[in-house]
Amino acid sequence: MSALAGKELRIVGFLCNWCSYGGADTAGVGRFSQPTDLRIIRVPCSGRINPLFVAKTLLSGADGVLVSGCHPRDCHYAEGNFYARRRLEVFKRLLPTMGIDPDRFEYTWVSASEGQRWQKVVTSFTEQIHKLGPAPRFGLAHEQNPATAAAC
Amino acid sequence: MKIGVFICHCGSNIGGTVDAAKVAEAARAFPDVVFTSDTMYACSEPGQDGIIQAIKDHQLDGVVVSSCTPRMHEPTFRRTVERAGLNRFMFEMANIREHVSWIGKDKEANTNKAVELTGIAVEKLRQDQPLFAKQFDINKRVMIIGGGVAGIQAALDCADGDREVVLVERESTIGGKMAKLDKTFPTVDCSSCILGPKMVDVAQHPKIQLYAMSEVEEIGGYVGNFEVKIKRKAPYVNWELCTGCGLCMEKCPSKKSKDRFNEQVGTTTAINIPFPQAIPKKAVIDPEFCIKLTKGKCGICAKVCPTKAIVFDQQEEIVSESVGAIVAATGYDLFDISKYGEYGGGRLPDVITGMQYERLLSASGPTGGHVKRPSDGKEPKTIVFVQCVGSRDKSVDRPYCSGFCCMYTAKQAILTKDHIPDSTSYVFYMDIRAPGKMYDEFTRRAMEEYGTQYVRGRVSMIYPKGDKLLVRGADTLMGTQVEVEADLVVLAAGAEAAVGAPHLAEKLRISYDKYGFFMESHPKLRPVETNTAGVYLAGACQGPKDIPASVAQGSAAAAKVLALFAKDKLENDPMISSVDIKRCVGCGKCVQVCPFGAIKEVDFRGEPKAEVIETVCQGCGLCTATCPQGAIQLSHFTDNQILAEVNALCQL
Repeated sequence: MSALAGKELRIVGFLCNWCSYGGADTAGVGRFSQPTDLRIIRVPCSGRINPLFVAKTLLSGADGVLVSGCHPRDCHYAEGNFYARRRLEVFKRLLPTMGIDPDRFEYTWVSASEGQRWQKVVTSFTEQIHKLGPAPRFGLAHEQNPATAAAC
Repeated sequence: MKIGVFICHCGSNIGGTVDAAKVAEAARAFPDVVFTSDTMYACSEPGQDGIIQAIKDHQLDGVVVSSCTPRMHEPTFRRTVERAGLNRFMFEMANIREHVSWIGKDKEANTNKAVELTGIAVEKLRQDQPLFAKQFDINKRVMIIGGGVAGIQAALDCADGDREVVLVERESTIGGKMAKLDKTFPTVDCSSCILGPKMVDVAQHPKIQLYAMSEVEEIGGYVGNFEVKIKRKAPYVNWELCTGCGLCMEKCPSKKSKDRFNEQVGTTTAINIPFPQAIPKKAVIDPEFCIKLTKGKCGICAKVCPTKAIVFDQQEEIVSESVGAIVAATGYDLFDISKYGEYGGGRLPDVITGMQYERLLSASGPTGGHVKRPSDGKEPKTIVFVQCVGSRDKSVDRPYCSGFCCMYTAKQAILTKDHIPDSTSYVFYMDIRAPGKMYDEFTRRAMEEYGTQYVRGRVSMIYPKGDKLLVRGADTLMGTQVEVEADLVVLAAGAEAAVGAPHLAEKLRISYDKYGFFMESHPKLRPVETNTAGVYLAGACQGPKDIPASVAQGSAAAAKVLALFAKDKLENDPMISSVDIKRCVGCGKCVQVCPFGAIKEVDFRGEPKAEVIETVCQGCGLCTATCPQGAIQLSHFTDNQILAEVNALCQL
């Protein structure tokens, strides 16, 4: 499976079901247009996200990963997003040691009512990733063709 | 495994910007997929029948539907596959409407994205296992938080449905905002006369337990089995002895206490019963103003009390209640008018809120129903009403319409004419919003029959001139500036979320919007439910609304509670965690992180192991992300499933 060569980059989002997935739905219902790069994986809570999922996604060739959960204090499961915040903040600092630009990963909070905010988050993160360009591909150093690098 | 994939056109909602047939064709290439089709409306009866037929014809083991958000139709399609004999968890959904077709017009990119999202749904489904719900007992008592008119209605309806009700009210009396109103629009009915009987019913209903002057401290548990800790604040009066005779109020020497019930128009005594119809009609001491409690001397109330009910050393206490459902009906509070410095609210005594004016109009209010302005007690002859003070104004972060101010302003203008026949009222308005039965007719009456001068425009400034107030504003219909010399200015303060509403939402684990109003499950179709099972909403806590709407919602919430309680057993959501006992090393990290106390440590042949309490687990997956061994896995969102989705997206 490949992102549209030359047009899109591979951006994966992990969204909690209750707030951010709902926020993305609200954005859709409101027809807030967004770049098409992002692919959303639904999880029950941002606290469900093992930072290794993000690592695996980036190491597998994604150009950017976005995590979004409920605003602090507004978690459907009371405190899942606090765990997420702590884990992901540490994880972000770890990224350079893995050879990954930390700007390829963001985590944020969007509530189910914030369709417009979701549009802004997606648009600005997609722009950020496009500025960075396709991620360097691990273990495929011999393959320097930028067209194939974009299609991960 | 045999998988069927169904791509929905949703009319032109998806079909307009996604080539559904092409997605269906591409989906045939996915592993285990043996059947694909595109359908006009998958959720329609023929659509669902098509899915059932395909499951039977092709002996499918699982189904993927690519259509709208799973937050909308996942339950629908789960039932569909169940009708065809599959386990309802052998189903996955790809959201190609809200997340694809509605957010972009590039058909090529959209179609490609829809194919990929369908692909990850297939990958997830390939690792799905059939899941089965467990049954658990339900506690058929309901707690209602807030004793305004919405809470009262919900409490009475639930109690009439033969369920025990625990009603918790923050103030010393129920009644809420409606009890403070003089009259109600559009009938100009006496507010306390229509609310009073309902309040009495609450007090006398054998099924209702009322906790006044109490607040919810802590909420644990889950639908069917909530444990709520209630803080009973100290009124410094033994309410079991207090008869509400009011003798203490007559004799109390501290007469400068804040009169909260009367919106601080005037003052009251430190020991106080807020109003004659209060339920419960019990005295409360304001510790801020009581001479005995502040200076240690006095105690006159204790001496005069015929039942010896005064207890100066009373302490607050915490009581626990077990309930199966909770209705939040915490109402609203008024916008702080002092935020508009140019209007002088809070600075000029004769600039008051609409609610303060209600108290001036009310026969049980501080002026006995004679309209006297606060500064000098004179009867005002020219009254200016300013609408949208804290509504529809981005500059004060209140862009929403409070909904009922147009109506109560019209009512107050009419009442003003009744009280002071030689008075003139002016109403500065932005638009008149009167969409209700007899509402528009009512505002017209205010203008045509009562001669209220409606001026379309905003007020720019209010400042004192002699003993009058000069109100300067625009008349946008005439295109002129207007100046009115007023004796009294009434600001129609907008509604905002009740003080402390976000805190309560956090305790209830429900969402709230950026203004602090509680979020309903669906804005159109599930207006009284929340995303937390067993927690319902009634009244203005969900957004500004008037009395009939609040009452309707109170009854609606009660109907939901009674429907829930019609079952003897509830089924849990089987998407919960389970422990692989061979992998568990008994470190106990999952026990620590679980927000619900749903994991306990058990002894297994002499070794500590984690065990999930199946009916308590809510399925957040915090434990799964914490377990260093990958031993505890959240069904339907296992590590392997999420990684399979990642792999599908990032195949090298």
